Amino acid sequence: MSRTREGAGVPLPLLLPAALGTAFLVLPMVGLLVRAPWSDIGPALAAPEVGQALRLSLVCATLATLLSLVLGVPLAWVLARSRIRGRSALRALVTVPLVLPPVVGGVALFTVLGRNGFIGSWLNEAFGITIPFTTTAVVIAETFVAMPFLVISVEGALRAADTRFEDVAATLGAGRWTTFRRITLPLVAPGIAAGAVLCWARALGEFGATITFAGNYPGTTQTMPLAVYLALQDDPEAAIVLSLVLLAVSLATLLLLRDRWLGRSGAPGA
Amino acid sequence: MSLSAQVVVRRGSLALDLAVEVADGEVLAVLGPNGAGKSTFLRVLAGLLAPDDGRITVDGVAWDDVTAGTHVPADRRALGVVFQDALLFPHLTVGENVAFGLRTRGVPRAAGTATAEGWLQRVGLDGWAGRRPAQLSGGQAQRAALARALVTDPALLLLDEPLSALDARTRLTVRAELRRHLAGFGGSTVLVTHDPVDAMALAHRVVVVEDGRVVQTGPPAEVNQRPRTDYVARLVGLSLLPGTAEGRTVRLDGGGVVTVAEEASGPVFAAVRPESVALWLSRPEGSPRNVWPATLTGATPHGATVRCELAGEVPLVADVTEAAFAELGLAPGSRVWASVKASEVAVYER
Amino acid sequence: MRARLALVAVPLLALAACTGSSASTDAAPSADAEPTGTVTVFAAASLTDVFTELGQQLEDQHPGLDVQFNFAGSSALAAQIEQGAPADIFASADEAPMTRVTEAGLAGDPELFASNRLVLAFPLDNPGDIRQPDTAGIPSLAQYLDHDLVLAVCAPEVPCGVAAAEVLERVGLSDAPDTFEDDVRGVLTKVELGEVDAGLVYWTDFQTARDTLGAYTFREAEAARNRYPVAVLDDAPNPRAAQAFVDLLLSDEGQQVLSDAAFFEP
Repeated sequence: MSRTREGAGVPLPLLLPAALGTAFLVLPMVGLLVRAPWSDIGPALAAPEVGQALRLSLVCATLATLLSLVLGVPLAWVLARSRIRGRSALRALVTVPLVLPPVVGGVALFTVLGRNGFIGSWLNEAFGITIPFTTTAVVIAETFVAMPFLVISVEGALRAADTRFEDVAATLGAGRWTTFRRITLPLVAPGIAAGAVLCWARALGEFGATITFAGNYPGTTQTMPLAVYLALQDDPEAAIVLSLVLLAVSLATLLLLRDRWLGRSGAPGA
Repeated sequence: MSLSAQVVVRRGSLALDLAVEVADGEVLAVLGPNGAGKSTFLRVLAGLLAPDDGRITVDGVAWDDVTAGTHVPADRRALGVVFQDALLFPHLTVGENVAFGLRTRGVPRAAGTATAEGWLQRVGLDGWAGRRPAQLSGGQAQRAALARALVTDPALLLLDEPLSALDARTRLTVRAELRRHLAGFGGSTVLVTHDPVDAMALAHRVVVVEDGRVVQTGPPAEVNQRPRTDYVARLVGLSLLPGTAEGRTVRLDGGGVVTVAEEASGPVFAAVRPESVALWLSRPEGSPRNVWPATLTGATPHGATVRCELAGEVPLVADVTEAAFAELGLAPGSRVWASVKASEVAVYER
Repeated sequence: MRARLALVAVPLLALAACTGSSASTDAAPSADAEPTGTVTVFAAASLTDVFTELGQQLEDQHPGLDVQFNFAGSSALAAQIEQGAPADIFASADEAPMTRVTEAGLAGDPELFASNRLVLAFPLDNPGDIRQPDTAGIPSLAQYLDHDLVLAVCAPEVPCGVAAAEVLERVGLSDAPDTFEDDVRGVLTKVELGEVDAGLVYWTDFQTARDTLGAYTFREAEAARNRYPVAVLDDAPNPRAAQAFVDLLLSDEGQQVLSDAAFFEP
């Protein structure tokens, strides 16, 4: 029989590159595991900065993702469904943070929200609020670099969604907002979930924009990536330990989320 | 609650220009080939598409008036629509689907659920409220879609090829049920279809649309017997004979007996396509079970065929070739024998 | 067949001749052997301008020599060398990163060639209202700073941060900073942007940015000087050229370039 039976293995031209790709991505993580100072890991993990940095990282990444959802999903809808002019220009602008070096992003954030920024200076004078060097700044920096991932994911999902259901909802008396809330959103929920996961992961690993705009202060703005980078300067073994912690937490979260949110209501055949 | 619509739409290569009137309780079938503009017309009636010109009034209220600049959006029309693929919301239960139109109009959840369950009973889906649409068969889904459309007691009911996506067997049962529900519906109904059997079985009046224009309008029987264009002639010409079935025999209401291939019982239609009818000058001996005497009352040439109207115990419409017509020397008034193979008679519940 | 062999042989011989000149440690270098080839210098970021100039000088003196630089934070460079990066010379902005390298057995005897001092830099429009107090002699850092000022310093993991931590501890203001940057460039940027009231940077950094910054010296800076060591690495691919560069650095010429750039004596 020359026909392959369903599920009977991967064709060779695909198997080899796939295996190489897996090795390329997985071996560095294995390297971390191998080089970790397993015998000294206890005291290294117990240092208070580790717990602080980890907590801060998780909280800020989650807040950044929530902010990205609140702002990004409507933006994605406008890009995918509305007919306003200049949509392609808007889409290009929205994806600029993806190609901008993160440090440049940090400097750009200063020009708006820094003490001398055009919004920041008003906030400072009117309310005495300064944003740089606060935890809020971390969330803002992470949102800036991570939101485009969410917007692109959700826009793609909206484009691929079946718009006939929205017509059906209209004929049943649902206005545009009701249709969005009760029909469009639930139907693209898997796409939104996938985008949110990407966004969260990107926010968690963000370094350049964070250290530039929010600075680095243990407990307030020192996230895990910053702690790892600084540890690398004079104590590479500590850096490996911190990296492992971040890797373990990220893996655990991604695996948990995949099963719960992306598996059940996921794309057909997922 | 009557509908009066003049609609002009120009989109790409389609130039639609239709005017229809549908009274309360009346079912109008809009019949035509694909691409004729039927679905576009329906979308305009539903408010999903704004016409380029014209006026749509339902029960005296203008839903569209291009010269006055009025356009009532779909969600504010007292509408019910049944779509070709049912299009039940996949993420809601069947009950939630049916109650959807009530919930958008502010009906509280408990009352909505109760009304929805009542309707599910009426369409024969009692107890299915908690299931998901994916668990329904095609016919069940279409019934649920009908319930969903009717639950709000709309002024206008629109059906977009409601039976096209069903397999032949299911189509028969659902069509019969649809007939019953349409009979009990007090508003105006517009049914869009490319299948003449739907039009014949369900509608009081038929409007035939070709290339965006009305080419014929009238009761189904009239369109059937006196087609005004080739398309209509080819399309219709189906003979629908009401009768009562007992096993493989159907006793027609007007007298006469038809033998059919499938077993049935109760009130039915026996349907015969004109090309299935053979004409003989003398009584034929052979396999056909169905042979009847008839008188040729009308003959209309259409291309290479001649459409013959036959009167008798079993009134029929037959298509014969021009050559055959000439050879047999047929003319209005000629006495002939008509035969139809039992396997070519379709039978369905009435 | 013989012609083809000759075609192959000639380039091979030429290649052998070339590699022969950037000799291995086996061949005894003659006293007038010309430094040639490529020499790779890993140097602290604060040495960018000075080293680039010295490298140009060396290239002018020795045509055929190409000096390549890798400027980065000293700690990052030390890490790279530990990981086996191919460098000839390491010049660090503090003694600690060099100690890491020598303790790892990767370099021999470092020599001090310059030192640097911290100054308190602030934006020209002086949002923190930092003023020179009315005292005789150089004021203490405590007379400029308090906890209310928004202050940026380097993180203690990097050389300028080591010095900053030391001076802040001496005046009891260790918890005054609002951010610990991963290199001095980060501090400088924030001061230039006016996003912090002041930052502790090297005197040499202030020189490169004097149009946009003001700066005050303070007493504690002298004791917390960074000393800059340089060493030729043991596995240097081009030790002759490396030594030439170090010699230039330590010569009067080299020292003049350094002091013109506002570096202090080692």
